[in-house]
Formats: sequence, C-alpha cells, structure tokens
Amino acid sequence: MVRVVITGQGTINALGSDVASTVDAMERGQSGISLMDFPNVDRLNVKIGGQIKDFDPKVYFDRQKITFYDRFTQFALIAAKEAILQSGLVFEGELSQYSGVIFGTAGGGLQTQDENYRAVYEEGKNRVHPFVVPRLMNNAAVSHVSMSNNLKGPSFTVSTACASSNHAMGQAFHLIRSGAAKVMIAGGSESMLCFGGIKAWEGLRVMSQDGCRPFCATRNGMVQGEGAAVFVFEEFEHARARGANILAEISGFAMSSDAGDIVMPSVGGARRAILAALNDAKLNPEDIGYINAHGTGTAANDKTETAAIKEVFKNYEKNIMVSSTKSMHGHLIGGTGAVELLACIAALKDGIIAPTIGYQKHDPNCDLDIVPNQARQKKVNAVISNAFAFGGLNAVIALKSI
Amino acid sequence: MSVSVKDKVLIIIAEQAMLETSEIKLNMSVEDLGLDSLGLVEAIFSIEETFSVNVPFNANDPTASDFDISSVGAIIKAIDKLVMEKSN
Repeated sequence: MVRVVITGQGTINALGSDVASTVDAMERGQSGISLMDFPNVDRLNVKIGGQIKDFDPKVYFDRQKITFYDRFTQFALIAAKEAILQSGLVFEGELSQYSGVIFGTAGGGLQTQDENYRAVYEEGKNRVHPFVVPRLMNNAAVSHVSMSNNLKGPSFTVSTACASSNHAMGQAFHLIRSGAAKVMIAGGSESMLCFGGIKAWEGLRVMSQDGCRPFCATRNGMVQGEGAAVFVFEEFEHARARGANILAEISGFAMSSDAGDIVMPSVGGARRAILAALNDAKLNPEDIGYINAHGTGTAANDKTETAAIKEVFKNYEKNIMVSSTKSMHGHLIGGTGAVELLACIAALKDGIIAPTIGYQKHDPNCDLDIVPNQARQKKVNAVISNAFAFGGLNAVIALKSI
Repeated sequence: MSVSVKDKVLIIIAEQAMLETSEIKLNMSVEDLGLDSLGLVEAIFSIEETFSVNVPFNANDPTASDFDISSVGAIIKAIDKLVMEKSN
C-alpha cells in the first residue's frame, strides 16, 4: 500500500505566528486566550477567546490581494506558505497536476458576512463591495492556496463543524494512498471571532466566560479560537526519492457517524472512529503513546470522550498521555484538528507532550492522564488525534514516527 | 407572584414539553417534563424573549448560577424575581 508522510507544516494561531513559536508556547504551557477585541464585543456575555492579536495583513499581502482575502483565507495562505517552504517542493509540470489542496472550515468567510450584514442591515447601506461573494465562500482559502502555489490537482473544502479539518486531512491522505495525488496541501482555517460568530455560540449556552479547562471538575464550557494550520502530505516514495525531511507518517484515518443527536456526543460513535483508525493504521492500543483529545471543556464532551478512550484502550489508557491543547489555543472549530496535529507531530518528532492547562480539580468521570498544566518530555512512537463534531460526525487520524 | 408571569411561563414550558398547560404541575422537575438540555435551553430563550430579561444559565453546569431550575414552581419564582428586578 502507498504510504503517506508529512514533509511540511505551517500555522498562525493565538499561540504564535509560525510552528516554532506555537510549539514553544505549548511546551511552556502558555495560554493564548485573552479578552477579545472587535466591533460590538461589549454586547457579548462571552468576552474571551484565542484571538490572534496585533495581526496586520499588510505585513503579509499587498493591497490588491487583501481585497480578495477574508481573514480565514489570510490565515490559510500564511500557514500554507510556511508549510510548502519547509517541504522544499516547487509545483511545476506533472507534479502540479497531481497536487491539490483540501482544507476544513466551518464558518468560511464569516468576517466578511458579519461586516457586510452590519453594513446593509444596521447601517442601512444599499451597496456592498463587489468581492463579497468571492471573499466569503467556504472554498476561498483552498482556491487562493491553489492559485498561489500552482496546485492543479484535486482541491475542495470540507465542512463538518468541529471535525472539518480532520475530515479534510483524512481526504487528502486517502487521495495520496489511492494514487490520485502525489502531494496534498491539507489542514484547516477558521476565523469566527466576530460579533455574529460568538453571539450564535452564546445562544447555545455551552461557552465559558472564564476559561477553557478540559477534563477538569470545574470546567464550564468551551472557548473559541482562530487561525490555521496547514501540512504538506506527500507520497512516501516521492519524499524519499528527493531526500525530503520527513516529520511523521500518517498511518491511518477513520470516520464514523453517531446517527444520534445534533449536539450531544456519543460514546459509541467516538469509540468506533478511534478503533477504526487504529485498525486502518495497523496499530494496537498499546502502541499509542499520546492522544490529542477533542477535549472541548464542555461537561458532555469530556466525560463522553473519556469513556470512549477507556472502552478502546481497556487497561492501556493508564499508560497513554491524553491532552487537550484547546486549553491554550482555544477551539478553532473547523480549523481545530489542524492546529492540534502540530502537537501530535511535536510529540512524535521531539518528544514534547503538550499539556492540558487550566487544570484545577480532579473529575472522576475524566480519570485519564491528561498531562495537567505542565508539558512533559517523553518519546512516543504512535499517536492519534480525535475530532468529534456537532451533528455526530467523528474523524480520527493516526500518526507514526518515521 | 404575578399571575401573568406564571401563566406565560406555563405556556412556554408546555409548548416545549409538548404537553397541555393543565398537565403541568408546579412540583414537576425538568426531567419529569421530559425536557433534555437543548429543550431547556430553548425554553429559557423563549422566557428571555417574552419577558425581556437575561437568564443566567450555562448548559455545562445548570446548578452553578442562582437561577433555580429544580422545578416548574422554582423556575416561575426565579423568572418573577427577574421581572420584578427589571421593573424596579
């Protein structure tokens, strides 16, 4: 079977504007969550988020380009540039035809929608900028990354709420494994931190007003984040032939659907996705050293996820480190699995196990080794990354060191 | 307790629970009504819209705030207090 490896990674999120600063922040257990700053934030009850502060698009893009880029597209382009540069790949000729882009996003160009709804409804304007549609469409980030890098192969956007980027990366993995592509630029991007974006979540009453504390007895909800992470997935033989620096191998991927409730998670659906990912990767439960949990910090997710992990790993879960890095970068919704894959690669490549910060009090319903508050240094050979979306759509990726 | 608050809350709860108002007893709990957490969130939204009040309620920890949801009677009492506070 064709093997698939990762040869580049890039990011911008509340912890850092590249991979090195993000992994450094994770290792130090630093929080990127702070008071948010955007129009009408004073009308929100939830005022905290993993917002990227002091971000100036003009540092990255010229004016003619910015006019086409929603903030989620900007994040994706910045992360893709770092990842592709690291891979050393240049997309020309036949390679270009066999290379594509797949990203996850839930909100797409939500900033553009928010700004323009405000203009036409609140300010009563009757004219909007001509590029509102190409800015807000959910595939804008994918299309601009393909245009900027001459990627002419299979490209599309996946939108499955909080599992979007895991589903996107899984599709990219499958395309290479099936022979349909040699290289895929994969990941996710999200920029939902605007009045409408947060107000909608507030309505569901699952947001915390004081912090994201996954698996902690005092947890009281999720905290949103924003940003992007992008990876270069490459056919192993192609990477080896050109002497590429391989960061990790994607060894398996699986999806499942709860077919249950539109917002409540299910132990069975999560368990089936984790188990199928291990089977696809030909890994045994005892091979896994680290799990990057979905770990949203809601009452429902964290106890359901704990139960699913215990059902799959039986007694081995005591030896497995499980952390939720959402405690640091917030929940990037459609981009979250991509940023969390950075923690998985740091674990495999450098033995850096990112912590679950904000941990205060033990919850017997979440009795896993959640790496509380402080990162650890430990060599692991195989990891998984969980994503369980609203709507009951689950996607789990398995990675191995190489 | 004002009668109108009670009647309006009963109508909202009855609609959410798909019951007749006559079937709702003041000592019934949210579970007795057959409301799940989303049903409760939606009922609270209706209450906020009807009375123009803000109900402090987090679905992650329903017991954390002062807003008592232990029974229909308790909910009515709590709403009545919020409405009074607002008019004062």
